[in-house]
Amino acid sequence: MTFLQVTLFLWEGFKLSLLIFAVTLLCGAPLGLPIAFCSMSNFKPLKAVSKVFVWIIRGIPLMLQIFVIYYVPGLLFEYPVFAKIDRFFFLEYGISDTGRIVAVLLAFTINYACYFSEIYRGGIESISQGQYEAGYVLGLTKSQIFRKIILKQVIKRIVPPMSNEIITLIKDTALANCILVCEIIKQAKELAATQALVWPLFYTGLFYLIFVGILTIVLGKIEKKLDYFKS
Amino acid sequence: MAFLEIKNIKKSFGKYEVLKDISFSLEKGEVLSIIGSSGSGKTTLLRCINFLEFSEEGTISVDGNTIYDGGSLHKYTDAEIRENRLHFGMVFQSFNLFPQYTVLQNVTLAPTLLKRGTAEEIEANARRLIEKVGLSEKVDFYPCQLSGGQQQRVAIARALALNPQILCFDEPTSALDPELTGEVLKVIKGLKGKDSTMIIVTHEMDFAKNVSDKVIFMADGIIEEIGTPQEVFDNPKSEKTRSFLQKNDEI
Repeated sequence: MTFLQVTLFLWEGFKLSLLIFAVTLLCGAPLGLPIAFCSMSNFKPLKAVSKVFVWIIRGIPLMLQIFVIYYVPGLLFEYPVFAKIDRFFFLEYGISDTGRIVAVLLAFTINYACYFSEIYRGGIESISQGQYEAGYVLGLTKSQIFRKIILKQVIKRIVPPMSNEIITLIKDTALANCILVCEIIKQAKELAATQALVWPLFYTGLFYLIFVGILTIVLGKIEKKLDYFKS
Repeated sequence: MAFLEIKNIKKSFGKYEVLKDISFSLEKGEVLSIIGSSGSGKTTLLRCINFLEFSEEGTISVDGNTIYDGGSLHKYTDAEIRENRLHFGMVFQSFNLFPQYTVLQNVTLAPTLLKRGTAEEIEANARRLIEKVGLSEKVDFYPCQLSGGQQQRVAIARALALNPQILCFDEPTSALDPELTGEVLKVIKGLKGKDSTMIIVTHEMDFAKNVSDKVIFMADGIIEEIGTPQEVFDNPKSEKTRSFLQKNDEI
């Protein structure tokens, strides 16, 4: 295999890594918000449920969570929903792995939503009570205070920890190969097994590095954009 | 009936009684200073008046209308509390400006959200108030670019923008360097007029003496002494007032 062929073969896998990255970010980031609000709720049962949920999700390896989501419907309810999706899409459209990818996306979204929720919570709770009180004495509603006063200060504070988490996310996508989803590492292992080529496995690192480089620049720009005020 | 009427306010935090039966009244255009040592309940009283805390007992009336009755079973809705708060303006010890907004935006934010006029009217009024506190050349600055004294003056303009009937100051100069307190006190003094009723919690005794029509000395959650500045500062009746003022003089 030529270098170009290997690169293209790996790129096929990296596209899937990027898909997992994008979907997790786009679904997990908003989903983290209601979880954060539940964790801060004054309604004790809701708060307790939310805290326990976050504890479990953050306390168990993501790889194990992927296994649980993929296998448990079949093992417990004798309804292997993801395998069924796999077969359906393969028979109807000739696309393989769909159900596996859905299972991975689900596991990643839930897992990252919990991490994001803790970042949001920390950010919101770090804003001084005085900011709320200043809003109250000006006759503003709670929602006006949150949207017009608190939110931007929270965003400024959570950009650095979010950047960290986002950079971790792209590398975590490699975990998808535990249920044989053909992301980039799985592709490289494929080459090792079928073509006896080991170097592509190390070559994958360059894909991650370039992408993380781009992310670092973009996230740095966002951070810089919020530099005009101190909070 | 006086313009502001505070009757039998009681407030506890857990077992700790912070305010034990506070009553006083204030006429329109009067300036009231509240003095006393830390922990005497001055700030809590001001926070009760602004509904940042809710007294368990007692009433607050403005201009003949009872706007709050802590003893009644009536459960105040958020909208009622907001309505009540608008009788009062509040300037905090730590300014609490909104860091992401410029000086002008800090002053226009609340009137804009409360729809107190057109955008042009609100901005013109804000610029007038910013000029009044002497910060015309700083309208487009962010709070982090201002000194503490300047920030506090912006906070005063922000409170004035809603045209409150009674303006409250919670130790407005306590977080400032000594050389910056003067500019803030000057602005507050400049606000004195027949229409502006003010309550000032302060540790600045000379200021309280010069600017107020009425002085309250608080100790351990009660009003130990109330009267004109001359009565309280020059002829204190209570032993506690005397020793407090004496300690202050020694410093």
